[in-house]
Amino acid sequence: MNFDYNEEQQLLADSVRRFLQKDYDFEARRKILASPEGWSARVWSQLAQMGLTGLPFSPDYGGFGGGAVDLMGVMEAFGEALVVEPYLATLMGAHLVARAGSAEQKRAILPAVVEGRMKLAFAHTERKQGEKLGVVGAPIADKLVVSSGSRLFLADRADLKMKPYRTMDNMVAADLSFSRDRAEPMPGADQAVAETVDFATALVCAEAVGAMKFACDTTLEYLKTRKQFGVPIGTFQALQHRMVDMVISYEQARSMACLACARVDSAANAAERSRAVSAAKIKIADSARHIGQEAVQLHGGMGMSEELKLSHSFRRLTVAAQQFGDADHHLARFASL
Amino acid sequence: MDLNYSAEEVAFRDEVRAWLAGNLPRDLKEKVDRYEHLSKEDLLRWHRILAGKGWVAPAWPKEWGGTGWNVVQRYIFEEELGYVGAPPLIPFGLAMCAPVLLRFGTEAQKKRFLPRIYQGEDFWCQGYSEPGSGSDLASLKTRAVRENGRYIVNGQKTWTTLAHYADWIFCLVRTDPTSEKRQEGISFLLVDMKTPGVSVRPLILMDGAHEVNEVFFDDVGVPAENLVHEEGKGWTVAKYLLGYERMNTGRIGESKRQLARLKEFSSGKLNDVRFRDRLSRVEVELTALEITNLRFLDRMRRSGQPPGADVSMLKIKGTEIQQALAELMMQAAGEAGSDEFAAALGRRYLSMRKTTIYAGSNEIQRNIIAKQTLGL
Repeated sequence: MNFDYNEEQQLLADSVRRFLQKDYDFEARRKILASPEGWSARVWSQLAQMGLTGLPFSPDYGGFGGGAVDLMGVMEAFGEALVVEPYLATLMGAHLVARAGSAEQKRAILPAVVEGRMKLAFAHTERKQGEKLGVVGAPIADKLVVSSGSRLFLADRADLKMKPYRTMDNMVAADLSFSRDRAEPMPGADQAVAETVDFATALVCAEAVGAMKFACDTTLEYLKTRKQFGVPIGTFQALQHRMVDMVISYEQARSMACLACARVDSAANAAERSRAVSAAKIKIADSARHIGQEAVQLHGGMGMSEELKLSHSFRRLTVAAQQFGDADHHLARFASL
Repeated sequence: MDLNYSAEEVAFRDEVRAWLAGNLPRDLKEKVDRYEHLSKEDLLRWHRILAGKGWVAPAWPKEWGGTGWNVVQRYIFEEELGYVGAPPLIPFGLAMCAPVLLRFGTEAQKKRFLPRIYQGEDFWCQGYSEPGSGSDLASLKTRAVRENGRYIVNGQKTWTTLAHYADWIFCLVRTDPTSEKRQEGISFLLVDMKTPGVSVRPLILMDGAHEVNEVFFDDVGVPAENLVHEEGKGWTVAKYLLGYERMNTGRIGESKRQLARLKEFSSGKLNDVRFRDRLSRVEVELTALEITNLRFLDRMRRSGQPPGADVSMLKIKGTEIQQALAELMMQAAGEAGSDEFAAALGRRYLSMRKTTIYAGSNEIQRNIIAKQTLGL
């Protein structure tokens, strides 16, 4: 039993956090959001230089062979800083290629991803056959992994018709239409999708926990500095107790993110893994909503303001609560496993 | 990061589990299973079985009968007791009076009381709350006046759990009503329940059970040697006890057991999605709390620091989960088959409402976290 990151994990998380504090503060992020692209190529290459784009992939392709626990501290840091570069989208695409791709596809794609030269996305959710919805990272991905029926295909972005937009939490995304004609089939499929979605869900849990931490920290700071009736509002018991409940909610959510990441790496079987991931996602969805809503409420009108980072954390938490299935979805899956 | 117990810890757990399976008397286990009232004799019988094995007070120093287990082993042991459905170990002697004596008591006090606590020869209760002093404990009024080598105690304690079983009571009493800081006028006193002037009146709670009492002190003479620590230092003693290592406050093992039983007898109700989802959410909270508890324990093991306000968090979540489980069990009781069992579950629901009130109400626990952890 050991709940600390190991030395390597901690060093990596610390260096990511330092980089984000220096180069990805709220002002820097605002500039990225205001740019037509909505993401920063410079930031992406720095993430690659830090080894992040290669972290979970085999050394055969230049990666570091890490797992979800190795990524957990990174995702927490991303959640605190609200990174909008579609890192998880690329990891998902490459995770699928590593599991379901042909040897040739792996050789063509994985080293390029590891080196930061290629971005991917995974188009899965569909309105009807061939119409994929809400594909995060699609407008800037070089290639997309697309599910169709029970099969997976690789497609060039240029071959897909896309309607790009920004999501509520300012990620670049698109709805797109897909036909198998211009796509390359991938040999593996079913289990790979389940594994990759569980992997990504665990990472979203960790990222949401990072966003929750920021929301709690900044709210606590506000309670100590904002004065009304001549005293800091943090002296009011009604607010103290709500703050305490936010912190408890955060600790419980973090525990479940640990569980999800650990089980993704080392569950005895798929059912054990999925059950842990669903349990975690239920808690993360509940806590994301609770902490997000309370943080805004305790900030009063300021909490509503676009100018405050908190309102962006709120948006991220709101999306994270629903990403890869909301609490209701995972309650149903949890009970079925 | 590794969420699993080490091979040694698993072996330890298996050893405890195997011993419990062979030594928890069947009739006691059945009583617990049926949520029946446990008599003083039931409680002491189990206490003495554990004492015979040398396992009744793991946290004590080895010289007084402790096992020398580390915090993780102690946690595993306590959770296994809860998980198997053993009668509770009453904490007032083992986990409250004893740690106080070990920290603040004289050699004579330790020698006099600790072996009898260990063997279950003295049954202890706790004299803290008073009619006017609940959460605001420092306002307590029970008076102790020193004269001729003894204290004369007058006043009243209330909500005194199992006072009607007790041989001894440890009390917070006011020895100096004039001190400017009211905490400084309080002392920690050990009182023999057989002393003339001590009387006990039952308080029946809404589940019909006699568990708590009022205790009256009417010119009770207490030898001065029964004072623990210095006069006027009772508040220091009480605060020490609050921070004492109690890592099973979340009652994880016990709640896991209730969850498993609930699933067993409510299987018909699990087709009801509304019920099923409420059950799942409690299970998720319990899983989260178990990991949170282990995270705190792991941190404590590394730092060697007492858990502090972490215990408050475990108390809040642990009791909320216990109550939620008791409520679901009551609601599913119709599925359980027997009217008697359903009635017991109903009484249990009523009784469990106390958990968020006792041992420092959950609101007081939030105050503690706000102050100690958050600096508010």
